[in-house]
Amino acid sequence: MSTTVETAAAKPAARVKRARADGSSVGPWLLAMPLTLVLGIFLVIPILMLIVVRFLDYNSVQILWSFVLDNYGQALSDPVTWETFAVTIKYAVITWAITLFLGFWLSYFLAFEVRGAAWQMGLFLVCSVPFLTSNIIRTISWIPALGRNGIVNSVLLHFHLIHQPLTFLLYSQFAIILAFVHLNTLFMVTPIFNSMMRIDRALIEAARDNGAGFWQTIFNVILPLSKTGIGIGTIFVITLVMGDFVSVSIMGGGQSASVGIMIQNEMSQLQYPAAAANAVILLAIVLVMVFLILRVVDIRKEL
Amino acid sequence: MNRDKRGLSFYLLAALFAAFVLFLYGPIATIVILSFQGPNGGLTFPMNGFSFHWFHALFQAQMVGNFGASITRSLILAFMVMVANVVISVAAGMAFRRRFTGSTVLFYLVIASLIVPSILVSLGIGLLFSQIGIDPAWYSSAFGAQLTWTMPFGLLIMFAVFNRFNKSWEEAARDLGASPWRSFREVVLPIILPGVIGIALFGFSLSYDEYPRTMMTAGDSNTLPLEIFAMTANVTTPVIYALGTLTTAFSACIIIVAMTTMAVIRRRRLAKL
Repeated sequence: MSTTVETAAAKPAARVKRARADGSSVGPWLLAMPLTLVLGIFLVIPILMLIVVRFLDYNSVQILWSFVLDNYGQALSDPVTWETFAVTIKYAVITWAITLFLGFWLSYFLAFEVRGAAWQMGLFLVCSVPFLTSNIIRTISWIPALGRNGIVNSVLLHFHLIHQPLTFLLYSQFAIILAFVHLNTLFMVTPIFNSMMRIDRALIEAARDNGAGFWQTIFNVILPLSKTGIGIGTIFVITLVMGDFVSVSIMGGGQSASVGIMIQNEMSQLQYPAAAANAVILLAIVLVMVFLILRVVDIRKEL
Repeated sequence: MNRDKRGLSFYLLAALFAAFVLFLYGPIATIVILSFQGPNGGLTFPMNGFSFHWFHALFQAQMVGNFGASITRSLILAFMVMVANVVISVAAGMAFRRRFTGSTVLFYLVIASLIVPSILVSLGIGLLFSQIGIDPAWYSSAFGAQLTWTMPFGLLIMFAVFNRFNKSWEEAARDLGASPWRSFREVVLPIILPGVIGIALFGFSLSYDEYPRTMMTAGDSNTLPLEIFAMTANVTTPVIYALGTLTTAFSACIIIVAMTTMAVIRRRRLAKL
């Protein structure tokens, strides 16, 4: 049944397709209209608002420009701003390195060591399902483990590995990075696993038959062919960490800073120009990072 | 290397994987256990008895603020986002099967929507609404803000679905005289149904748990994640674990229902062939 339908449809398909494309060029436009409208109203205009927020209040171009530069000048000349951006970039880089290591090896395990599609998909779901639960709850759930009287300290004290409870475990940079790794590793696993599943197994057989060892196969075959997945995962992790304020404020215990917290504080004090200035600087940094990553990988290959 | 014998790398990586799963699920398991603390129990172990005290406390309004109203709001909003996400993503997914003027720009906008830091979307929408003089509310500005986060996932799922879609079925339907709508409803939709359920699952779950894009856009009435985040600052009893346990259990139910439905559809389809 299916084969007859397919062969019947295959012959006139090319001609029909061409005719239809000419006749109904409005179709895709109508179908894409809701998406375009929502993105226009809730993404493009708001981001433009951030950039030109002062233009709306002043009519004279000159006053306006001095004012705009003033906001950015203030933001850029304050050493606290620089320190905050620096520490946020540090979080992003450390989190990136750890999630990349975990993401690569977990994906490698799923794609090449686990046998059978059902096991692969099942274990992949185990890694990715927490994405659909609350980030705030997942962050809070570290408190009983890491606190002064938490599980980690109790266990270490019990076995006399330490004599004083460790205090750096919670409300510290360690805790912040731990939470970032906990929340964001699946953003590395998913795209890298996706890339690895597309690698032709014959290539690995060929490498092994030609005498390549484990590491040679990793570095010369698997790593280059997973590059796109690594790039996508990197973009996710960097942008999520750079803009975060939930994990930092829960795990940092109110003392730690990040760009997200700085912007949030400025907003709650109604200092919108300053918040917008920092937001635009953050956007610029993220865009530069994404641009650099896109120079190395072509993300459209994955679609 | 022998194909049938597991190498050392398998055991090392299996250990890493097991450790990662423990790392991923261990903390949430501890707060589930701790939410059953006795009435005098604290935020950490040891367990001070076993009780449902903190679950009862959750439903006494003075303990945690107006938690019932926020959960209702979150559920309605998640449902709205789910429906809108499915309609918009499926329609756009159909459109993206062909190149059209502006399709590349629109594609990059979708990607931008995914990777622009959420706090910027939140702040920008907050500014936009204050400039045009509309009060932000969970059903208007927060609804749009959450869609900017859920739609890219919906569209990526559609791309994955249509990559494996055999167009000849649809063309057969049209050649037999079916209208575009009829061929969509009777041929395309049944085939892509598991993907559509996935889009619904993403829309509902991501909205139900969304915090950063909702923060500046929800107006005066909090959604559940906003309420929970406010609680982290000033609640020092296991009641917050009870809330965490309840909302995670709810998310887990949604995920299980959606995935079971997808599996049943797949199995039925295989049985038919």
